[in-house]
Amino acid sequence: MIQFQAVHKQFPNGTTAVHDLSLDLPEGGVTVLVGSSGCGKTTTLRMINRMVEPTSGTIRVAGKDVTEQDAAELRRSIGYVIQQAGLFPHRTVLDNIATVPLLLGWGRRKARARAAELLDTVGLTADAGKRYPHQLSGGQQQRVGVARALAADPPVLLMDEPFGAVDPVVRTQLQDELLRLQQELGKTIVFVTHDIDEAVRLGDRIAVFRTGGHLVQCAPPEELLARPADAFVADFLGAERGLKLLSLTGIAALPQGAAPDGGRWELLRDPAGKPLAWRDTDTDTETPVRPLKGTDSLLSALNESVASPTGLIARVDEDGVLTGVTDRDTIHDHANRLHVTASRDTLAADDADTLAADDADAPAAAVAVEAVEAVEATKGGGPA
Amino acid sequence: MTIDWTWIADHSADLTALSLSHLQAALSAVLFGLLISLPLAVVAHRVRALRGLLLGLSNVLFTIPSIAVFVLLLPVSGLTRTTTVIGLTVYTLVVLLRNTVEGLDSVPVKTKEAATAMGTRPLRVLLTVELPLALPVIMAGVRIATVMAISLVSVATYIGDGGLGQLFTDGFQRNYPTPVITGVALTLLLALIADALLVALQHVLTPWTRKRA
Repeated sequence: MIQFQAVHKQFPNGTTAVHDLSLDLPEGGVTVLVGSSGCGKTTTLRMINRMVEPTSGTIRVAGKDVTEQDAAELRRSIGYVIQQAGLFPHRTVLDNIATVPLLLGWGRRKARARAAELLDTVGLTADAGKRYPHQLSGGQQQRVGVARALAADPPVLLMDEPFGAVDPVVRTQLQDELLRLQQELGKTIVFVTHDIDEAVRLGDRIAVFRTGGHLVQCAPPEELLARPADAFVADFLGAERGLKLLSLTGIAALPQGAAPDGGRWELLRDPAGKPLAWRDTDTDTETPVRPLKGTDSLLSALNESVASPTGLIARVDEDGVLTGVTDRDTIHDHANRLHVTASRDTLAADDADTLAADDADAPAAAVAVEAVEAVEATKGGGPA
Repeated sequence: MTIDWTWIADHSADLTALSLSHLQAALSAVLFGLLISLPLAVVAHRVRALRGLLLGLSNVLFTIPSIAVFVLLLPVSGLTRTTTVIGLTVYTLVVLLRNTVEGLDSVPVKTKEAATAMGTRPLRVLLTVELPLALPVIMAGVRIATVMAISLVSVATYIGDGGLGQLFTDGFQRNYPTPVITGVALTLLLALIADALLVALQHVLTPWTRKRA
């Protein structure tokens, strides 16, 4: 859908922002461009809608060279979500969203009707449409930004650190909704972030950039995490790389057994069968339980198993009713197998050896230590 | 110094006519000032090299004594209203140009970029994004320019115009304070009314600045 062919960008001051980039972004997927600041990820994004012109090379969107199209018309056909929303402060939310339809000459009435429809799509009330951007919270403004980008139903969506300025809780919400929207809409999304966790959460493919505008590796998150191309990528993915891989898999396939009965520990349930807490019959104390569904990740299962006094996690169905328990060893074994498989899957690619082997042989104890660290990091508010 | 109220009552028609003529001279000057400043400000805002030159030039024009401006204009436009308006316009430029440039500067780069990235062409960005957002600062300049022009009209009395300013010369010549005081009071009143109307106009034109979160 979007092709970069030997694209080079040098700014007038002599810095190279993008170095000889060749990259194909498939239709209907989310490609996340990550890297530290100054690595050329934003420049790469902005070359797609010609906010930045390449020094050399070709960029094609849907097969057409972007530089051969009228810039304004090209931009109307590409949705753009900007850092901190970039809304027009002097226009109501509804008129902000209607921007591109109005530019396309839909007429005010039709454009506003479409905008009203999109308010609902991004989870805002009709009342919000009459307000001005500064009357909304940061998270709401970002939703408006997304709605504005979607207004003319463009096939391609460019998102430049759209959730960078909102607090972690709202960011997670917005990410979830983007994933939900993307399931419905199937746009070709290019998403820029410096947050590797966001990249892993959202990306179908992740492109890691290094300072100087070099693309180091572009791969699906599983592959990237299991086998980073070099030390730079491994470093960028961080020490909890192995755990991040676990965050990508659900626990539906994990076997489960019956909850313990008659021993020291008792799993308290409400009348409907929803797990509440572990009760220690020796000391008569209770530890609350966070039950997990099949869609929860292996990482959360690991996290719960570490936190649970019994080493067991409580499994529930869609309605929250207990279906069984899974023990720590099963989770660890499964996690370990996942790493081995992920590494093997990519072995064929080229000279894969040490990294994959290291992961496969990683003792469970080491993973557990990492898990504790991750738990602590989460308690501390998570990575910024 | 006593005020002769009967004189005021006797001359109410003249006073109204003078006030209107006074206001017309001042407002024309502000209007022409805006018509000249807007395009110049856009140039000064976009072309860094011309910015200092244009702002400096408007400053220099401002420092020319007002009587000198009228005298210099006499060979061109004579003892007419045109001379008055041209002279006053020159003085409005310094405030209007500076505020319009500052207004345009105050528009966040992000907002302009957003407009461009949505596929808005440059002229439309200027008209529908930059100017509306610059409006509060431009209007602050318009208010100053208007009040200044209203107070300056009197100077044009030297070339036989001057609106309410004519009351001053009349009063001085006859050593009769009533017209002078009336002239000052009416000038003040005009300035206050004009300013209040501009505040109201700005209120209507910038609805987004009214509603607080």
